[in-house]
Amino acid sequence: MENERTHIISALVLHKPGVLQRVAGLFTRRGFNIDSITVGTSEQEGIARMTIMAKGDQKVLEQITKQLNKIIDVIKVRDLEPEKTVKRELCLIKVHTPTEKVRSEVIQYANIFRGRIIDVSPETLTIEITGASDKIDALIDLVKTFGIKEIARTGPTAMSRGIRTI
Amino acid sequence: MRGGEALIKSLADQGVDVVFGYPGGVLLPLYDVIYDSDMKHILVRHEQCAAHAADGYARASGKVGVCIGTSGPGATNLVTGIATAYMDSSPIVAIAGQVATGLIGNDAFQEVDTIGMTMPITKHNFQPMTPQEIPGMIKSAFYIAGTGRPGPVVVDLPKDVQEQELDMEKEVRIDLPGYKPTRKGHPLQIKRAANLIANSKKPVILAGGGVILSGSSEELLKLSEIIDAPVVTSLLGKGSFPEDHPYSLGMLGMHGTKPSNFMVDECDCLIAVGCRFSDRTTGNVAEFAKNAKIIHIDIDPAEIGKNVDIDIPIVGDAKITLSNLIKALSQINIRGNTDEWMRYVQNCKRSSTPRTSFDDVPLKPQQVIKEIMQATDEETIVTTDVGLNQMWMAHYFKVRHPRTFLSSGGLGTMGFGFPAAMGAKVAKPESDVVAVCGDGGFLMVSQDLATIKEYDIPVVICILDNRYLGMVAQWQKLFYEKRLSHTHLGEVPDFVKLAEAFGVAAYRVEKPGEVRETLKNAINSGEPTLIDITIDPEEILPMVPPGCGLTEMVGEYKIELESADGVPYYREAEERAGE
Ligand SMILES: Cc1ncc(C[n+]2csc(CCOP(=O)(O)OP(=O)(O)O)c2C)c(N)n1
Repeated sequence: MENERTHIISALVLHKPGVLQRVAGLFTRRGFNIDSITVGTSEQEGIARMTIMAKGDQKVLEQITKQLNKIIDVIKVRDLEPEKTVKRELCLIKVHTPTEKVRSEVIQYANIFRGRIIDVSPETLTIEITGASDKIDALIDLVKTFGIKEIARTGPTAMSRGIRTI
Repeated sequence: MRGGEALIKSLADQGVDVVFGYPGGVLLPLYDVIYDSDMKHILVRHEQCAAHAADGYARASGKVGVCIGTSGPGATNLVTGIATAYMDSSPIVAIAGQVATGLIGNDAFQEVDTIGMTMPITKHNFQPMTPQEIPGMIKSAFYIAGTGRPGPVVVDLPKDVQEQELDMEKEVRIDLPGYKPTRKGHPLQIKRAANLIANSKKPVILAGGGVILSGSSEELLKLSEIIDAPVVTSLLGKGSFPEDHPYSLGMLGMHGTKPSNFMVDECDCLIAVGCRFSDRTTGNVAEFAKNAKIIHIDIDPAEIGKNVDIDIPIVGDAKITLSNLIKALSQINIRGNTDEWMRYVQNCKRSSTPRTSFDDVPLKPQQVIKEIMQATDEETIVTTDVGLNQMWMAHYFKVRHPRTFLSSGGLGTMGFGFPAAMGAKVAKPESDVVAVCGDGGFLMVSQDLATIKEYDIPVVICILDNRYLGMVAQWQKLFYEKRLSHTHLGEVPDFVKLAEAFGVAAYRVEKPGEVRETLKNAINSGEPTLIDITIDPEEILPMVPPGCGLTEMVGEYKIELESADGVPYYREAEERAGE
């Protein structure tokens, strides 16, 4: 579809069992295209913040927001404007590093991307990197040639820049 | 006090005096409390009927209906009824038993994930893990079910929670920060709508079930009369507007009336109230009301723009919004704008009044519906099952008051009509209640004949007996080269004997005039009665094939030329209107 893009939806939800299921289930049932969903506690006790990345045109986005709002445990929903939003993802990459040469190359790459080595074994290095998803993609692309053993990504979490809150 | 007692007390606090239920192992503590309580409990013969009965109770009365089923199979049997209520925005609270908290997740005996299972078919659901939570959850459940856009709520109640002690506080607080329905439509939007209406030359009002739910029939009537606009309804909107009113065109959609379908196609302004533009109502959406600007009033913002693009959206309760719209319109002088349109509409209505008079044997369903109408009065509550019986009723039966026509629309649940009638009669014992069912659908719930006998719930069941799964057979005839794959019911049971086996009075009728007489007598007898009506299986209802525009009807649209006493039907209607 022409006007389709990825939307960053931020939602405040009651921190109760089943909330994630209610939200994720809604996406399945309504046939919405969900890229990622992250949940964690927020600044208020008993309330969690969810960041949902979802593809669709304006009409789909409107339905997503409205349907989310209908969930009783969802308190507030907002579609964040990409330009006015800070968005970060955490990724752990375990790379196969059998030789000294590979090892130092990987460390170099990690440094360039402001990643950190958080675990070392005779055969592997594990990089921790936080940032925009495309930056993470780029690092993964670079170290791919050495052989990646494992990747764990959180999916982006986001909030509005500046004083604005939801 | 124990959890079970707290539950019953909380229900009583909500004004509940009757529940439809079926016990089981995990509900023993609760049923032990019911044994001593004032709560009237109706033991149905299948949990699906408990849910449909609660739904019928809710639709007939406007109150929240309550049903109870045990864990596992009890809960799964409730599911069809819960989903039915969800699709039609009917407020019910379904209480399901659950295995003890310590066993949850262990695939214990009769354990099922009721919360997970009912999440997509409820407005909300609860699972108290301590008895202390029960009073608040019940209060919240009723509040959620009955306010905003109504809908079903499930409370999944573990066995040990029913047994444990709690202190029941006097004040129970509801804390639902995420639930705030918008009741008052935006004034600016209302003003825009009023201006659009005032400038419209060919307006049509489309009324849905939301009009009935919000109790805004009076406002709807007033609106149609001050702007001089015809009114069409969805299936669930039947009863929101008096169908004997000259402005009424009947039901819209796949099985709608010709005037409704054609006038919506031609109108320049469609005022839709409390409806969700289901595919059964709109036909092909690309073709739907293509000449019109559309105003949509609905309490559920998610319904606005979901299926049809809207020019003026108004989120709000239909009653409040309609009366504000009427106020806004009274500030603009609009009368007279639609005279030419109304003449045209009346002409279309006159020339396409569907024929209902037939002498044939086997009976034509149209004739049967007409006789049902003659045997009942305007206060009678009729329910339908699903299939041709339902669409014949929707098409030919004129409903005059809200909450007197109950039918499963969104889910199209066979087996709904009879238990819903049972629930309606319990809610409104002073009203006559008639269920119109197909032979297939009635057989899905016939075991509950035992319930109406046992509790003396005098509903009258009319079976339109065509020995076919009629509606599916119709589609096979029209769209699958008459290959009637598994839709002939063959040697169906003798319904008269079946009813008699349950101790329910029963009659078979086959000729014109007999339906009217037998039904009148049955209603007057005050006893539960079944009437098996042999009808012509060949009769087909005209319809709009799926995917087609509303004007692309197929099947013969038979036109009524004269009413029984020789007076053209339309003149009768006009004279009545002039009284
Ligand atoms: C529970 C359920 N199963 C299947 C269907 C599909 N279905 C819709 S109408 C129909 C035929 C109904 O036949 P009958 O009850 O005899 O009524 P008729 O159409 O003949 O009036 C069927 C099978 C349904 N709506 N509900």
